[in-house]
Amino acid sequence: MLDVAAQVVPARAQMATTLGFHIILACLGIALPTFVLLAEFIGLRRQNGTALLLARRWSQAMGVLIAVGAVTGTVLSFEMGLLWPGLMRRYGSVLGFPFAVEGLFFFLEAIFAGVYLWGWHRLAGWAHWWSGVPIAVSGIFGAMSVIAVNSWMNQPGGFTESDGRITSVNAWQVFFNRAASYEMPHMILAAYMVAGFLIAGIYATGILRGRRDRYHYAGFAIGFVPAAILTPFQILVGDTAARSIASDQPVKFAAMEYVARTSRQVPEWIGGVYVNGNIYAGIRIPYLDSLLVGFGPGTRVIGWDSVPPTDRPPVVWLIHLAFDVMVGIGSLLLLWGLWAAYEWWRRRRLPPRRLFWWAGAVSGLAAIVAMECGWIVTEVGRQPWVVYQILPTADAATTNGGVLTSLTLVIVLYAVLGVITIAILRMLSRRWRRGEAEAPVPYGPFPAPPDRASTSPRDADAGKAGR
Amino acid sequence: MAYDAVGAILLAGVTLYAVLGGADFGGGLWDLLAGTTAQGRAPRALIDESITPVWEGNHVWLVFDLVIFWTAFPHAFASVMVGLALPLWLALAGIVLRGSGFAFRKELTRLSTQRAAGATFAFSSLVTPFFMGTVVGAIADGAVPADATQASLAAWTSPTALLAGFLFVAACGYLAAVYLVGEATSRGDRGMRVYFARRAQAAAIVAGALSLAALLELRNSNQLVFDRLTGRALPLVVVAGVCGLAVFALLALGRPRGIRVIAALGVAAVVWGWGIAQYPVLLPGTSVTLSNAGAPESTMVAVIVVFIIALLLVGPSSALLYTLQGRHLLGAGEHAALPAAVPAGYRGQPGAGSGRPHSPPRRLPGPAIRSAAFGVVMLAAVIRRLRRR
Repeated sequence: MLDVAAQVVPARAQMATTLGFHIILACLGIALPTFVLLAEFIGLRRQNGTALLLARRWSQAMGVLIAVGAVTGTVLSFEMGLLWPGLMRRYGSVLGFPFAVEGLFFFLEAIFAGVYLWGWHRLAGWAHWWSGVPIAVSGIFGAMSVIAVNSWMNQPGGFTESDGRITSVNAWQVFFNRAASYEMPHMILAAYMVAGFLIAGIYATGILRGRRDRYHYAGFAIGFVPAAILTPFQILVGDTAARSIASDQPVKFAAMEYVARTSRQVPEWIGGVYVNGNIYAGIRIPYLDSLLVGFGPGTRVIGWDSVPPTDRPPVVWLIHLAFDVMVGIGSLLLLWGLWAAYEWWRRRRLPPRRLFWWAGAVSGLAAIVAMECGWIVTEVGRQPWVVYQILPTADAATTNGGVLTSLTLVIVLYAVLGVITIAILRMLSRRWRRGEAEAPVPYGPFPAPPDRASTSPRDADAGKAGR
Repeated sequence: MAYDAVGAILLAGVTLYAVLGGADFGGGLWDLLAGTTAQGRAPRALIDESITPVWEGNHVWLVFDLVIFWTAFPHAFASVMVGLALPLWLALAGIVLRGSGFAFRKELTRLSTQRAAGATFAFSSLVTPFFMGTVVGAIADGAVPADATQASLAAWTSPTALLAGFLFVAACGYLAAVYLVGEATSRGDRGMRVYFARRAQAAAIVAGALSLAALLELRNSNQLVFDRLTGRALPLVVVAGVCGLAVFALLALGRPRGIRVIAALGVAAVVWGWGIAQYPVLLPGTSVTLSNAGAPESTMVAVIVVFIIALLLVGPSSALLYTLQGRHLLGAGEHAALPAAVPAGYRGQPGAGSGRPHSPPRRLPGPAIRSAAFGVVMLAAVIRRLRRR
C-alpha cells in the first residue's frame, strides 16, 4: 500500500503544469476570436485590406491554437478523475453542473470555429463574420462556467450532504457562488488582456526591428487598444476581489499580505521573503494593508494565526511574491497604456520612444506572467484544502502510485508541444513576411480544390492586400 | 426515472462520440496505411479535407460524456478512473498527439516535418480507440470494483478487454472508410470511392469477426452480460449485424447511397446493445447502478435541463456545420487561396475529380485484401489461443 500523501505533491505539480500550460491557450481561445472579429469588422466596414489580411492570418494561427487548446483542455478533464478521484467521488455531482454548461459552450465554440476558420473562401463577407460571433460569445460563457467551478472550490455552497453523500444540489447556487462574482470578471478580463497584449507584443517587436509599416501599426493597435482600455477595469476588479478574499478566505489573504497575527494597523509588505517569522528584503508601508482592506488604519485584518498550522497554506512567500508580481505587472501595464493615451491626446500619435516599443514587446509575456501568478495565488493560497474548509487536498488525490512518472512524461510532452506550437507560429509569420505563396505540398493533402479557390473574388482581394 | 433518462443521455453521448469522433480516428488509421508519399497522396488529401472542419466539434462529445459521467455517476466514475488509470492515461496521450499532430501537419511545409507530424497523427489515432476499447471491455467484463483504490493491470488485459480494444480500432476504421466512400461519391471521385470501398469491406469483415469473438469471450468472463446480449438486447445485436451485412452488400454492388447512415446505425446498435445488456448496473459485477452511484436526483434534473438546452443549441449548429461541409464550402486556410499553392499537375489527381486512368486505386485493392486476410488469420489465431485458456 502506497502512502497516500506521497501522491499529493506530484499530483498537484502535474495539475499545475497542465493547467498552467492550458490556461494560456484558454485565454487565447476565449479572447483571440474577438480580436480576429474586430480586425475583420474593420476590414469589412472600411474596405480595409490590411485589417482583413490581419484577420485572415490571425485566424490561421487561431486554428493551431484552438486545436492544441482543445486537446490540452481534454487532458484537464481526464485529470479531474485520474488525479483527483477523491474530489470527484464526493463532489462530482455538485461541481459537475458548471462543467456540463461549459461543455455546451465548448461545443458551440468548436462547431463555429470549424465554420469560421475554414469558411474564409466560400462564405460571403458578413456571413463569414457572423459565423465567428458565436465563438467569441461562447468563449466568454464557457470561461464563466469553468471559473464557476474554481470559485465554488473557494466558496463552496449550494448543496446538502449527509453521511458523506450529497442529498441535494442547487445548481444555481453552485454556479453563482460567492466567489464567482469577482473571479469570473477577473479571469475573463485577464484573458482579453493576455490576448491583446500578446498581439500587441508581436507587432511591437516587428516595429522595433524596423518594420514600420501600416500593417504592423494596425496589428499593434487592434491588440493594444482594447487591452489597454480593459487594464484599469481589471485593476478595479482585482482590488474588489482582494477585499472580498480578506473576508471570505482570510487565511489566503493573510498569506498574500504577510499578516502573521490578527491585528489592527497592519502594514503592507511589498516584496520580501518570509522565513521563520522574519521578512527579508521587503519594503514595509505602515498601515497601508489595513487602509486597503477597510479604508481606515484601524481596520482589523485576520492573520494566519487564526487557524492551526496544519490548516495554513504552504510556502507563504510564493503566494505573497506571486501576488506582488501580478499587481506590479498590472500597474506597469496601466502606466504604459496611460503613456500611450497621453501621447495620443496631445499629439495624435503613439509614443515614438524606443522604451515604449520595448515595453510593448514584453507586454504579452508580462500579461501571461501576471495571469499565471494570479492562479498561483488562488490555488496555492487555498491549500491545504481542495474544497475550502470541506475537503483536504490530501483526501482528494489519487491512491494510485506512479504520479511522478506521469508528471515527468507530461513535462516532457508539454515542453515539446509548446516548442513546436511556437515554432509553427513563427514559421507562419516568416512565411507571411516573405509574402510567399505556399510551397508545393508533396506529402500532405492539397490545400483546396483549385478550380473554385482561384476564381473566388474574395481571394483576389486578399491577394491584393497581401501586396 | 430521472436516473434512467440521464443514463440514456450518457449512452447517447457515447453513441455520438463513437459514430462521429470514432470516424476521425479511423481516418488516422487509413492515413497510416495509405502507403508512401506519392501513393498515399490522394487518400490522405481526402481524409484531411473531410476531417479538418469537424474533428474538434466531434471531439467535444468525449468531454461531454466525461462530464455527464462524473456529474451523474461520480462513484462509478471515480472507480473507473482509479482502476483503469493506465489505459486512460495512454488513451489521453493518444488524444493529445493525434490532435496536435493533425493540426501541425497542415502548417508545416517541409516534407520531413510533415511526415513526422502525419505519422504522429496517424499512429496515435490507433492508440486512443484501442485503449478506450480496453476500458469499455474491462467495464463490461465486470473487472472494475465498486470502490477501486488501486489501478489494476489484469482488469484491462483480459481477453475481453483486449478484443474490445481491437474491435474499437476496427470499428473506427470501418466507419471512416464508409464515410470516405460517401465523401468520394459526393465529389464524383470514382478512384477514391473504389479505394475506400475495398477498405470498408475489409474493415467490416475484421470488425464483424472481432465482435463475434468478443461476444463469445464474454460468455466465459461475464455470463450475465452475455445472456442479456443474447436475450433482451438481441434485437439490437441483430440490427447491428444486418446493418453490417447491408453495408457490405451495398459496397459490393457499388451503390453507396445511404451507407453512411446504415453504418452509423450499426455501430449505434452495438453501443445501445451494450447499454441495455448492462442496465441498470453501471459497473457489472458490483451493486453500483444508475441510481446509487452517488448523485442526488436534483443533479439529474440539472443534467437533463442542460442536455435539452444543448440539443436545442448544438443540434442546429452542427447541422449547419455538416451541411456546409457536405456542400464543400469549408476549405483550407489562407494559403489555399493563392493559385501558386497548387502544384503543377494537380488537376490530374483524382482528388480534383477528373480521375485519370493512372490513378493509384486500381493497383491498391490487392494490398488491402491481403492485409484484411492477414488480419483475419491473425485474429483467428488469437481467438483460438484465448478459447484454449
